[in-house]
Order: sequence, then structure tokens, then C-alpha cells
Amino acid sequence: MKSITNVQIENELQKSALTPSRRNFLKTAGFLAVGIAASNADEIVPSASAQARSGPYIDPDYHQLDSWVVIHQDGTATFYVGKTDCGQGTGTSFRQLMSDELDIAYDKTTCIMGSTDITVDQGGSGGSTAMERDAWPMRRAAAEARRVLLDMGANELGVTVNQVAVSDGVISVKADPARKVTYGQLIGGKKFNVTLTGKDINAATGAAPVKPVQEHKIVGKSPQRYDIPAKVDGSLKWAVDVKLPGMVHARNVKPPVAGAKLVSIDESSVNKLPGFVKVVSKGNYVAVVCEREEQAIKAAKALKANWEKPATAPFPKSDDLFTFMRAATPTSTAKPILVGNPDTAFAGAAKVIEADYDIPFQGHTAISGAHATADPSNGQMTIYSNDMKSYGMRRGVATFLGIPQEQVRVVWMEGPQGYGRTAADDAGCEAAYIAKEIGRPVRMQWMRDEETAWDSKAPAFAVKVRGGLDAAGNLLALDYHAISADYNHLGYNEPDSVLIAQLMGVRRNPVPAGSSATPSEMYAIPHRRMAASVVSLPLIWETPVRTGNLRDPNGPQSTFAAESFIDELAAAANADPYEFRMKMLTASTTEDATFRRARSIACLKAVADLYGWDRRPSPKARATGDIATGRGLAYTFRNNTVVAQVAEVEVNRRTGHVWVKRLACAHDCGLVVNPESLRHTIECAMLHSLSRTLHEECQFDGAKTTGVDWITHPTLTHADTPEKIDVVLVNGDPNPNRPDLAPYGGGETACKPLLAAVANAIYDATGVRLRRVPFRAPRVLAALQTAKA
Amino acid sequence: MSITLKVNGSTHTVDVDPSTPLLYVLRNDIGLQGPRFGCGLGQCGACTVIINGNATRSCVTPCSAVKSEVTTLEGIAKSGKLHPLQQAWIDEQVPQCGFCQNGQIMTAKAMLDKNPHPTDAQIREGMNRTLCRCMTYYRVQAAIKRGAKMIADAGTAEKEVVA
Repeated sequence: MKSITNVQIENELQKSALTPSRRNFLKTAGFLAVGIAASNADEIVPSASAQARSGPYIDPDYHQLDSWVVIHQDGTATFYVGKTDCGQGTGTSFRQLMSDELDIAYDKTTCIMGSTDITVDQGGSGGSTAMERDAWPMRRAAAEARRVLLDMGANELGVTVNQVAVSDGVISVKADPARKVTYGQLIGGKKFNVTLTGKDINAATGAAPVKPVQEHKIVGKSPQRYDIPAKVDGSLKWAVDVKLPGMVHARNVKPPVAGAKLVSIDESSVNKLPGFVKVVSKGNYVAVVCEREEQAIKAAKALKANWEKPATAPFPKSDDLFTFMRAATPTSTAKPILVGNPDTAFAGAAKVIEADYDIPFQGHTAISGAHATADPSNGQMTIYSNDMKSYGMRRGVATFLGIPQEQVRVVWMEGPQGYGRTAADDAGCEAAYIAKEIGRPVRMQWMRDEETAWDSKAPAFAVKVRGGLDAAGNLLALDYHAISADYNHLGYNEPDSVLIAQLMGVRRNPVPAGSSATPSEMYAIPHRRMAASVVSLPLIWETPVRTGNLRDPNGPQSTFAAESFIDELAAAANADPYEFRMKMLTASTTEDATFRRARSIACLKAVADLYGWDRRPSPKARATGDIATGRGLAYTFRNNTVVAQVAEVEVNRRTGHVWVKRLACAHDCGLVVNPESLRHTIECAMLHSLSRTLHEECQFDGAKTTGVDWITHPTLTHADTPEKIDVVLVNGDPNPNRPDLAPYGGGETACKPLLAAVANAIYDATGVRLRRVPFRAPRVLAALQTAKA
Repeated sequence: MSITLKVNGSTHTVDVDPSTPLLYVLRNDIGLQGPRFGCGLGQCGACTVIINGNATRSCVTPCSAVKSEVTTLEGIAKSGKLHPLQQAWIDEQVPQCGFCQNGQIMTAKAMLDKNPHPTDAQIREGMNRTLCRCMTYYRVQAAIKRGAKMIADAGTAEKEVVA
């Protein structure tokens, strides 16, 4: 029997790092050990790994240059970063940035990410901050390493630092290039012993400045992602692949309805089954543990338990959700943003229109269920997880289990998509809890129905928007009010909000208020009121309808309402949707520090050019036949990243089926590190939102969520894929040559405008306005029939 | 119960309950982890292997029902050279997270083995039940076309050598 042991996992980590025990290195700067490892990694690793596993696990010090950069004797370098890569290629981009600062060839570097005992705590992933925030200390550390190496090289060559040049890790005398020394010769296997400054990790810096972007050689090019070959040849070991000696398999038994109370468990229903190990239960949390995976699946299904239904309904039926939300008293309302005097402006408007938009709860529903493997060996706790915030998981697990943080480490490994607060957080605590209970390594895996039904959801939004036009069709006043069902929004890896804690009766106090959202655009509208409220569902604990961050947590919802309504206003003004928007962008001359207005104009122009936008009001003249075609536009920004998109649709009037045939996107996120990787991320972000536009809805009856698989909770498929997707990377900065041109976030903004672009295209094609997501065929057909379109 | 399976050219005998899905035997007993658990319902394709030339969902296939050789993702490279589809996947930089790509590649391989020159519509239809939640479909389809061309070109080159 072949199995992967933790030693082998260490082995894989070490081989990819070109170094033996990272922690051992950090402790001792073991020059000899590194030398041996570099020549014969397989033999040295097991003993080094045994040390590495023993704990306690002390945080790597971000003020030490050695925590970020290691140069090996063969002249290669390993970068250690406190981030995780959920499949957007951030690891490759970090290597590009750090290689450029260090002046070393890209292919002589590797990057180790996100394992809490060997990489500094940058928090893992989230908020599209990889390039915008977290790459900065990496760049500064690599620049400092270069500065130190140049000093050492000049000294070695007997000249001043001004008299040397460096290229690809080789330092030479400018006047006599034959005199040279390599990085590997200077420091290979030894420590820098250089202390960085900075009040926190984001400010960590040495004495060296980073290079002006014009001096980058690798940044701006598109080396292929280093993680992809092992993902297509089957050699990558994922978090789901971890196997440890003595490991058992656990499966949860979830309450059959939301808010149910466990009355009793009949253990005799499972304790004679093959491989049975234990039923683990506390409060309303129940899991079954067996020796083998298929045994645990069978036993969890077979377990007989009595549950008491709650006295009152946990939530309304999903069909009644928006009525419920609009009638509910808000739990909080942010102070409205007020510009001018909207009430007076509405009173004097030539035309006033208003509309309601509804966006349901939508889940992460990863391609595989949440999972984690926990190892309680040696009195420590190691968790192998794909959680994008491995550092938070470490803290959360330590607190949840009541053990010192130094006894816990999280080894980050790849897994199914991590776009926010996924159930990986929950599975990590569950695996660790059971491992501690039974004293054996435990692999926890959520099944499909759990993942779809119980993973955290993006909040539902009910939005009302009102607009007032003057006689010339200019937008005078806008009144926007969003209500989100987001009370008791989950944080990341919180020991008092992970599902197992809730089921055991833990209650966060105070209850998080949640959030709602107003639109993000640079339109000059003289009078506006923008308000955002939060409401609560009846049940906020132990419920599958629980909210957590999903890839721009509120952006797709608020932008759907805002940019659909701008289109409705353009139609009411009989104006072309592009010109209507452009007029409002160019009406102001006010810029912010990042030139978002100028960059919005540039993106809108770029997407119109890219698509070949024909200027005319929507809807277009009705054609005969079953298939109606149309195009729609939408635009927004997120922080400093600006996006404009066009969707072209075919609507089947007979069936209601919508096919988005073509997508075009203009995207400005400042400095682009890896254009091809960014383009791919943007394509997939758009299609992720297309899935939310056409298919996805967390549905529930009055007692439980009813989406439990890919039939009851459909997703985008190959057949839905556009036949053409065009992406143009815009640099709309009016001062493109400034040396500090900054990278902004690339992972989420493209998700935001897509829903509205599709809705606007359907209106253009059919004259029917869809204001309720998703646009599944029966809903579209009903709207077409009502409108006789 | 003792079950004997031929996988990627090797024979393995395992002692498991005959109803055990092939997926768990491959992953946990034989150590082939290219096929992955996605749904356990045969709906997503992440667990796909090839049996008798057919893309087969190993999560709903009892191991005792398998009578022919099983090919997994690990078994399609030949003599240390990636299968053309795997190379096409790298050339097109297909994966985001990559978790589902076993199913995408193996389903595509079975499709091309039967129909080396699929139309766009046949690719959409043939791949339609193989899901990806990172939504890499656009590049999967591009990689299938690229891979089909690579296979055809290699076939032409082989014939020329023989001639």
C-alpha cells in the first residue's frame, strides 16, 4: 500500500524549497545541513523533518531578512511569503517581483507560501491585496538582500559598491567584467543576519529602496505559472491527499433542519459497522469516525439520531425572501451619503423612475467539500489545510481547543477554490477537535450536500433605486437604498463562530452587525442619497443560511442594482447607454489621488472600442424569430481597480434560455505584474459572476436549504461558455511614467459589473428588464410572456 | 473481499468491501490521487478515470464492477512525455485552482480518442457534465482544440516516418 506520510509531505515541501528543514535553518543557519540538502535532499529530509515537526512552533520573525529570502550555494534562491495562492497565480507574480528586486533570473527561484511555522504571517489571502499591499514588504526584503549582497561582492572583489554591477545573481566589476562573484559564492547556505525595520509586517523594510518600475525586467512579462504542470500531470499533492500513519476518517452528521436540537443518538445503529471508531458529539455537533473513508461515509448515513425541530421557522421560504427583507425592521442602517438636495431635485424633475432589484443568497459551493487533516502527534497539533488564511486558522484552532498557539501549526496546501470565507475554516476546527478527542490523525471531509447547503453565503440584497431626469435627459438626482440580509456575518476562522462552535452552543457577543453596500462609480450626479441597511433572518445561529465573504462580498449585488438602473435611466432618456455614462464621467473634473475618474473614462472607452459598441438607445428594434440578440454595458471600481464590461447575449424567446455569446472587459489595476495570468483571472472572474447571473441561488423551504447537489443547485457549464472573451489591460493613469506606479487588486473587481451587463444586454435584446437574479430560463420566459416580448 | 484491479499497466489486489467506490480504492489503497472527490454523485466529473475507452465516474463505480483496465491521470503520459492534452493544458495555462482538471483532461481524452476532430458544438456537448467552479471552461475548450491538433500533427508525422 502506497501512502503519503507527513514525512513525505515535508519532503515535498523541502524539495520544492531546495532546502532542508526551514525551521532548522532559521534556528541554526545550518550551513553544512543546507549544503548536504541541496545535493541530496531525499536523504537529509526525514531527520530534519522530524525536528521540524516536533514543535513548539515559533513565529518566523518578519524583521529578519532571513525569514524572507534564502540564497543557496548553487546560486538559486527561495522566497518565503506569508500568502496563499487560490489559483490566480499570485505565487508566480511574487517570484517575478522579488526576482526583479534581487536581480536574479526568475527560473533560479522558488516560492514557499502560507505554512505558519516557516513563513511570516502576512495573513494568507483575501481582499485582492496580494499585489496591492502584501507584495511590498516582499519587494523591499528582496531589494535589501540585493543591497547587502552588492556590499559583500564589492568587498570580495576589492572595489567600492559603486564600481560593481549585478545581473542574474552575478556581481562583476564594471571596468573589468571578468572579475566576478556569484550570490551563491557570497552567501550560499549562510544567514544574512540583517534586521529590517517597520512598525508592522506591511511596513517591513531594509535600507534599500525598491526599483522604479521602469527598471523591472521580469515584472510585466508572463512566465507560465509554476504550479500548473503538477496540476495537469497528477503529481501535485493537495490538502485532500494527506495520509498519516494511523489516520482515521471523519464525516459530519448535520442537523436535518436548521436550528434542530439533538435529543439522543443511537450508537448501536453504527457501532457494529466495519471500521467503526467512534461517534464524537457535543451539543448539536455530531461526527462519525471510521478507519476507512467509505466506512465513515456509510456510518454517517446510517447513524440514527433524534432531533427536535425548532418551535419557530428559521427563515422564510426563499420565494418569500425579498418580501420578508423589505418588511423587516433593519438591525442597522449606515448614515446615508448625501449630496446636494435630492428631495428638492426630485420635486423639480421632468421624469422620475424607480425600480427594485433582488439578489438572492449565493454560496461558494466549491467543486469539492471542505476538508482538513489534523495530526495530534507529539502533543502538538498540525493541520493540513487549503484554507486561504492559514495563520488565522492557527489562531482559531488554538483558541478553540484551548491550547497554546505555539503548539499549533497549519501547513497550507492547494485545494478547491478559496474565494473568501469558505467552510475550510469550519473543517479545520472540526478535524482538530476530533483529533484531540481521539488522539489520532483525523481527515475530515464534507460531502457534497453539506458543502452546498451549509457553506457560507454571500448576503441577499433587496435594493430600491429612484432617479430623476431633467427635460434634456440629464440625471439630476439619485436615491439608492440597499437592504442586505447580513446580520451575524461570519469572520474568518473565529473560534466562537466556526460552525462546530455554534453547534456546541458558543455564541458570539456582541453579534456582528454585518454590512450592506452603496455603488462604486465616479458619475457626477448633482443630488444623491445613498443608504444601506442590514436586516436579520429569524434564526442567526446554527443555520445553513449564514453569511460570509464571497469574492467581493457585496459588490456584485450592489453593482447589479446600480448599473442596471443607470441603463434604465438611459432608456428613459432615450440615450445610448455608453454616452449616458460617459456624459456623467466627464461632467466632473474632480480627481482623487489614484485618478479613478480619468481611469474610469479610459476603461469605458477601451471596452467600447474592444467590443465595437454601436451607439444607439436600448432596446434595439425587434427582430423576428426565436433568437433575440443584444449587448449591455456596465462599469464599476473596487478600491483602486476600475472595470468596464460588455456582454452580448442571445435570448431564446421560446424557451427563455440566455446564452452570453461574447464578453469584453477593460480592466485597470495599475501596474500589471503578469499580464497573461491576470487575463486568465479576469476571464474566470467574469464567468464566475456569469454563473451567479444565470444559475446560482441558495434556495430554502421554511426549515432547511434545498440545494444539496449540482442538480438542485446548478452552476455554469461548458455549454454556457461564451464563444469569445476579450480582455484589454488598460493603463488609464494620466501620468503613466511616474516611478511609483502602483499595483492594485486583480482578483475580484471583474466579478462586480457582469450581472448588470448581462441584464442590460437582455433588455437591449428583448425590451424586458430582469430585476431578479438568477436569470434561469423559466424566470426569463415568464418575464418575456408577461411583457409579450 | 479480495479485489484485483489493473490500473495504468500494474495489477493491484486489495481487500475491501466490494461496494467500495473505485475512487477510494484508487486514492487510498493504490495511491493514485489524480482522480478526486468532488460530489460522490457522478455529477461533476472530478473523479473521472478511463475504462474501456469511456470516461467513467469512479465515485459511483463499485470497485467490484470493474473488469477492465483502469487508466488514471497519472497513466496517460508515455515514456516520461506528457500526453498532448496535458501539454496543451500547460500551453493554454488552463487551471485556476486546478482541482477539477483531472476530470476535464480525462473526459477530453476519452472524447478525442473516439472523435479526434470534434466541432465546437461537440466539445461543448461532450464536456458539458464536467464542472469547474473556477470557470476555466473557455481555456479548457481552447486546450482541447490545441491538443486535438497536436495529436493530429503527431499522427501525420508518424505516418511520414513510416512511409
